[in-house]
Amino acid sequence: MDGMKGEVVKVSGPLVVASGLGGARMYEMVRVGELGLFGEIIEIKGNEYSIQTYEETEGIGPGQPVVRTGEPLSVELGPGLIRSIYDGIQRPLDTLARDFGEYIVRGTQRPALDRTKTWDFKPVAGVGDTVKGGDVLGTVQESALVIHSIMVPPGRSGTVRQIGPVTGNVDTRVAVIEGPEGTFDITMVQRWPVRDPRPAKRKIPPTQTMTTGQRIIDMFFPIAKGGTACVPGPFGSGKTVVQHQLAKWADAQIVVYVGCGERGNEMTDVLMEFPHLKDPASGQPLMERTVLIANTSNMPVAAREASVFTGISIAEYFRDMGYSVALMADSTSRWAEAMREISGRLEEMPGEEGYPAYLGSRIAGFYERAGSVICIGSDDRRGSVSIIGAVSPPGGDLSEPVVQTTLRVVKVYWGLDDKLAFARHFPAINWLTSYSLYQDIADTDSDSSIDGAWSTNRKRAMTILQKEAELDELVRLVGIDALSYEDRLLMQAAKIIREDFLHQNAFDDRDTYTSLHKQFRLLNLILRYYDEIRTGLADGATLDALLKLNVLEDISRAKLIPEDDPGRFSEIEADIVNSIRALIW
Amino acid sequence: MGNIIREYRTIKEIVGPLMLVDDVEGVTYGELADIKMEDGSVRRGRVLEVHGKKAMVQVFEGTRGLSPEEVKVKFLAKGMEFGMSVDMLGRVFDGSGRPIDDGPAIIPEKYLNVNGNQINPYARDYPNEFIQTGISTIDLLNTLVRGQKLPLFSGSGLPHSRIAAQIARQAAVLKTGEKFAVVFAAMGITFEEAEFFIADFRKTGAIERSVLFINLADDPPIERLTLPRMALTTAEFLAFEKDMHVLVILTDITNYCEALREISAARKEVPGRRGYPGYLYTDLSTIYERAGRIKGKNGSITQIPVLTMPEDDKTHPIPDLTGYITEGQIIILRTLHAQGIYPPVDVLPSLSRLKDKGIGAGKTREDHSDVMNQLYAAYAQGKNARELAVVLGESALTDEDILFVKFSDAFEDRFIRQGEYENRTIEESLRIGWELLGMLPKNLLKRVRDEFIEHYYPKSS
Repeated sequence: MDGMKGEVVKVSGPLVVASGLGGARMYEMVRVGELGLFGEIIEIKGNEYSIQTYEETEGIGPGQPVVRTGEPLSVELGPGLIRSIYDGIQRPLDTLARDFGEYIVRGTQRPALDRTKTWDFKPVAGVGDTVKGGDVLGTVQESALVIHSIMVPPGRSGTVRQIGPVTGNVDTRVAVIEGPEGTFDITMVQRWPVRDPRPAKRKIPPTQTMTTGQRIIDMFFPIAKGGTACVPGPFGSGKTVVQHQLAKWADAQIVVYVGCGERGNEMTDVLMEFPHLKDPASGQPLMERTVLIANTSNMPVAAREASVFTGISIAEYFRDMGYSVALMADSTSRWAEAMREISGRLEEMPGEEGYPAYLGSRIAGFYERAGSVICIGSDDRRGSVSIIGAVSPPGGDLSEPVVQTTLRVVKVYWGLDDKLAFARHFPAINWLTSYSLYQDIADTDSDSSIDGAWSTNRKRAMTILQKEAELDELVRLVGIDALSYEDRLLMQAAKIIREDFLHQNAFDDRDTYTSLHKQFRLLNLILRYYDEIRTGLADGATLDALLKLNVLEDISRAKLIPEDDPGRFSEIEADIVNSIRALIW
Repeated sequence: MGNIIREYRTIKEIVGPLMLVDDVEGVTYGELADIKMEDGSVRRGRVLEVHGKKAMVQVFEGTRGLSPEEVKVKFLAKGMEFGMSVDMLGRVFDGSGRPIDDGPAIIPEKYLNVNGNQINPYARDYPNEFIQTGISTIDLLNTLVRGQKLPLFSGSGLPHSRIAAQIARQAAVLKTGEKFAVVFAAMGITFEEAEFFIADFRKTGAIERSVLFINLADDPPIERLTLPRMALTTAEFLAFEKDMHVLVILTDITNYCEALREISAARKEVPGRRGYPGYLYTDLSTIYERAGRIKGKNGSITQIPVLTMPEDDKTHPIPDLTGYITEGQIIILRTLHAQGIYPPVDVLPSLSRLKDKGIGAGKTREDHSDVMNQLYAAYAQGKNARELAVVLGESALTDEDILFVKFSDAFEDRFIRQGEYENRTIEESLRIGWELLGMLPKNLLKRVRDEFIEHYYPKSS
């Protein structure tokens, strides 16, 4: 075929320019050189095709062949995604390690979905049914937690001519459909170009909170299912731990974790830890709902650019089944830097800080693929994709372009603070600067499902914290003795909220996850203490005695009270009342 | 492309360390080249870009004295390879990998590409084996584990070399049956600094199991770009083919980055922050990520990169990007150094990300994590209070504040401070930690579990 094969003209790092690819399209995949490295066409100028290669280009030179694949960068979607670990272009890293050893060998490929695994397909549709894109034809039990719907691919429709229970690998034909353009087979696998959002019937505003078991997040800065959040912070402030905690404990049904240009050992951590952690809702290992994408910092930069799209396409696919999906991208700054590097090699005119001028639109386009949707298909099921993106601003400087363009599109901002991190206050989310635009949803949710006082308590606690910050300024200037006794009590309450509620130890088995019910009891306990010491003060107890009650030790350990022992909170509350009464009498 | 020897005299341009060769054929990206001078001497080069018949070659030893008319360039049809052998232990090499210690030539067992390959994240084994460095601020507070990359962030005139040498010396203690090696990569450091390390390694006998790569301040800067890669290739060979636990000391990363900036500027690339190329992060990661462990292999590579922060500024691109790749950082603080405290480790912003997996019962001690958190929190509170006292005077402090100020003074004096040859066991570090916590009443130890307080809190005497 003419134009299916061209040759290399220029090589500069990950950028290869080829000629003779007439008819090739933007973002078409090509194989470069004798090794057949994977690449993608990102610029066309006359007969010169610029290709970003996903692999190290050493040994590639002018004259070597470039072969078109005729297809844009696509992912394979079907049973077997769960529990997988992929690189940025969906090569299965576990299979590659098995077949090629511990190092990644260039030009190697294995199917993303393991062809040796077999699945039991159970039909839902019947012969004679009229179906269209998104309709569920049948299901496969993919993991202990995931029932995988086999759907008619978007844009196809027709009448089911053959369907029945069948066992086989993903290539097995499960149904035959007669459509307007002829009869076609449905297998358990479909392909999707990663840079295109998968269609939904329509988007709807998020209405449900995604609980995370992280007290500062659930109580003060909640995220909705289908929402977007960003976690910017300097290095060492705990971005990755926050991301890991959410991947572990968020009540999403599917988690897609994209390690984008980050540390190799962190991905290993996830890989080793997740199979042993139990989902608090189902008791099953967390790995049973997780897809990992690992494109570590030393892996080729172009594949890093692709990795977030690979991740979001997989997320959307599960959303289309009606699942709530959470996607963690750690870190979007590395993704933006990959764009900058490629842009520089293309000699494009740089925008701010050398980033390409289209940085903003790419970031917005990515986050906009999140959302709560009515899925395509006849049954109007709902699904959602939430995106939580970490941002690593250089020098912790929040005015830099990646943070700023991200903040323009996300609805939740968890600002990490290195001062808190230095004091080992984790999660180091700054409660004064962070915000969530999903607060109303969460308040409505929790007021009805947890306790009517949820939102009132939250507001009170936040007011105390804000007041503390003001008083802190004052203390810095004139010393603590200048404060009124009431203010001293407030400072005490704020300190307890910070140390015993906001502070949460991700590495302590009992503290790493707190249910909403327990969060409420815990905060309520602290506020109760505050109320009681204020009453105590009014009734004549001395300030010193109130600030040094023995019951404070119980309050500080209340976060470790087991989930199934809510009665303990009432005991401590009674102790508070009694010990203050003892001071007055 | 075959193995035809291709020699060219068609040099069109020489700019800084770069040379443009025209009318070439079959040249590939990353290929090595020999640059032959008229007097018969040879320099090494590497293809940085190839466009049609033009190849851009980076000359490692620099381009001084080169003339386009007199030089011949021969492309070698192979990437940057380096011959490996266990005989390299105990030897000293220059930035091009040539022995400079008057010893015999190395007979390679195996040739390896210095750029290495990326470890498949799936094949990695998680670093979780405690390394005792004998330095309390590292062992107890910023625990180093095998396979970690933990840099020293320092500044000019601070004792980072002494600390790095102390780590190399004390962590090198052999456990039964385990083989240990040090790979030392010096990039653009002074003769005196290099001598300090070599003398120290000699004195302790560590030199026998060390491989040294030395590029001094007056050696060609371009060699600094390949030197760490050669060092790491050696480390990989020793770790993953010879089952050794390898500690790699890279000093000074700042010089490496400046060499990278030099090349980038010569290529007229769009500069990123402070003139460093936009790919500095990616480039650094190809060095740092070569630390680690691999499933099924006995050896490991632990990296201690050393970098001097210009103006002690942690937000400078070099420490900043390093911090985003490495698994923590040990920060050396000028004010502590000025107070005469060695090692002047700035405890609060220092961090080891992998500590949590390397400590606790069975590894160090059950109370390690709690003690660590409590020491941090108490020291932070004490430092805060001390700042407050500076503004308002001591009288403004509460009794509790005064207690914490006392604590933090004692902490700096007894915990942070230790001798350069004092090798504390983790038990000793924990004992000192508990002694200091004993200055505080039990109810203020919120980060320590009751059972540990019960067991370890010093009994009042």
